[in-house]
Amino acid sequence: MADITDLGVAAIRDGVRAGTFSATDVAEAFNAQVAKAKTLNTFLVETPEHALAAAKATDDARAKGDELKPLAGVPIGMKDLFCTKGVASTAASHILEGFKPEYGSTVSQNLWDAGAGMLGKLNMDQFAMGSSNETSYFGNVISPWRRRDGGNAPLAPGGSSGGSSAAIAARLCPAATGTDTGGSIRQPAAFTGISGIKPTYGRCSRWGVVAFSSSLDQAGPMARDVRDCAIMLEAMAGFDAKDATSLQLDVPRWEAGLNASLAGKRIGIPKEYRVDNMPAEIEALWQQGIQWVKDAGAEVVEVSLPHTKYALPAYYIIAPAEASSNLARYDGVRYGLRDLPEGANLQDMYAATRAEGFGAEVKRRILIGTYVLSAGFYDAYFTQASKVRALIARDFDEAWKSCDLLLTPTAPSAAFALGEKSADPIAMYLNDVFTVPSSLAGLPAMSVPGGLDKDGLPLGLQVIGKALDEQGVLNACLAIEERAGFTARPEVWW
Amino acid sequence: MSVDAATVKKIASLARIAITDEEVAKIAPELDNIMGWIEQLGEVDTSGIAPMTAVIPNHLRLRDDVVDADPLTAGGKRAAVLANAPQAEHGFFTVPKVIE
Repeated sequence: MADITDLGVAAIRDGVRAGTFSATDVAEAFNAQVAKAKTLNTFLVETPEHALAAAKATDDARAKGDELKPLAGVPIGMKDLFCTKGVASTAASHILEGFKPEYGSTVSQNLWDAGAGMLGKLNMDQFAMGSSNETSYFGNVISPWRRRDGGNAPLAPGGSSGGSSAAIAARLCPAATGTDTGGSIRQPAAFTGISGIKPTYGRCSRWGVVAFSSSLDQAGPMARDVRDCAIMLEAMAGFDAKDATSLQLDVPRWEAGLNASLAGKRIGIPKEYRVDNMPAEIEALWQQGIQWVKDAGAEVVEVSLPHTKYALPAYYIIAPAEASSNLARYDGVRYGLRDLPEGANLQDMYAATRAEGFGAEVKRRILIGTYVLSAGFYDAYFTQASKVRALIARDFDEAWKSCDLLLTPTAPSAAFALGEKSADPIAMYLNDVFTVPSSLAGLPAMSVPGGLDKDGLPLGLQVIGKALDEQGVLNACLAIEERAGFTARPEVWW
Repeated sequence: MSVDAATVKKIASLARIAITDEEVAKIAPELDNIMGWIEQLGEVDTSGIAPMTAVIPNHLRLRDDVVDADPLTAGGKRAAVLANAPQAEHGFFTVPKVIE
């Protein structure tokens, strides 16, 4: 039998049910992989005992002949943005160091209720702010991938869910949670050759997830293939009265609904997504993707999303504005770090704690947010950005008159080397040029691996769907996945 | 509009983040650059467009008007609430003296 850690969610679930191996075998195999891979810096906290306890519960249930839960026997990685009861949850920040929540997020609880176990808490960009995993207080995550150019430059696993993407690509876990505010599930998935879906805003509860930008944040799964993402999303999603923006809808049976035929579907190609200086390989992959969806029976049409170029600047007003407000709660009083200089008053304590506790990128975004919300600038920046956001959403509504789904590249390049873009914030922000517009509109969108570039690094294709059409998105990605036959994986060097 | 040192000091103070002159000198040009890039939003004609406040049309729900509707937040949780406090005394969060 192949190594258990080569198996994905569905294969593990089915193998445990069939008795091919026990859930404990699975948990032990992944725990061992996690313990061996510290060089990658993917896990901030390892919780082998949690994975083993869930496995034992599954094995006991099976021995008794009880019906197994949907994710019984599947151990997963949990992005550190999700609060987990009794387990350190820091959002990769210094200011939350030592914080052990007395509660767990709804999404993590949903996963435990579905039988999953936790291998540990995954590193990420601090407070989910970053596209390269270089902003974690606990050090960079290193992608398991390396360029075929003979050099050994450590590469970015993407961000902010870069611990999740690297851990899955390195076979340290079969699946992980991610969160996506402007592309934080899709871009790291593309950089590491895995799949990840951001569902419609409101599908997954934000309760107990450390907030970055509340009108954009949405949790979603990351895994090795489309089916595994569907299984995970079914477990994660669902109405939650504790989140005021949670959608009061039943969770569709996405796995059962998987169908790779795109007959009768019209797939739109947005002409504005052809950006300047896009590598020829990205354009070639996009053309290849167009052929694949045609081959699956879809009709391909060109569409226009005229406000695309304004999505990123609008995002860099809205997200920092909301972040500056959300992050005001970190003040050294109720949890986490406190810096109380000698003789300091309360205001000094706030300012010292926040200066000490936030990293450079987080401070930068809090300052941008504070600036655009400050007296005299609110209308010029925040209100204008919210109006542009409405126009971006309207562009998509117009596009849906002539197509059912959109196909685009996920990111404008393959993974870059760590340190390559960190000196230029705008160059870093431009990484999310293809993922941000659908986030602003709250639409479901998924990245699926399409192929490799000349250096042997993965490239992803993105499918964007109408609100609540996760099934359409999953199916189109399945059609691409079947045709791309992407089997590349990083060689173990860690 | 350009972001200068005085502006950075002012917004850092509004954001309750202590900042050194050295940091101001580094951050001011960065923010100026970012805000300059953001300025392109001014090109978009948004007359007659309502600002988007909710991504998915959704009615805000009210919770049931009953005592202890949510067992998680219904009170009697003092130990849990204080469990992560950097400093707590006599069942309260403690902060530096604010009134002499």
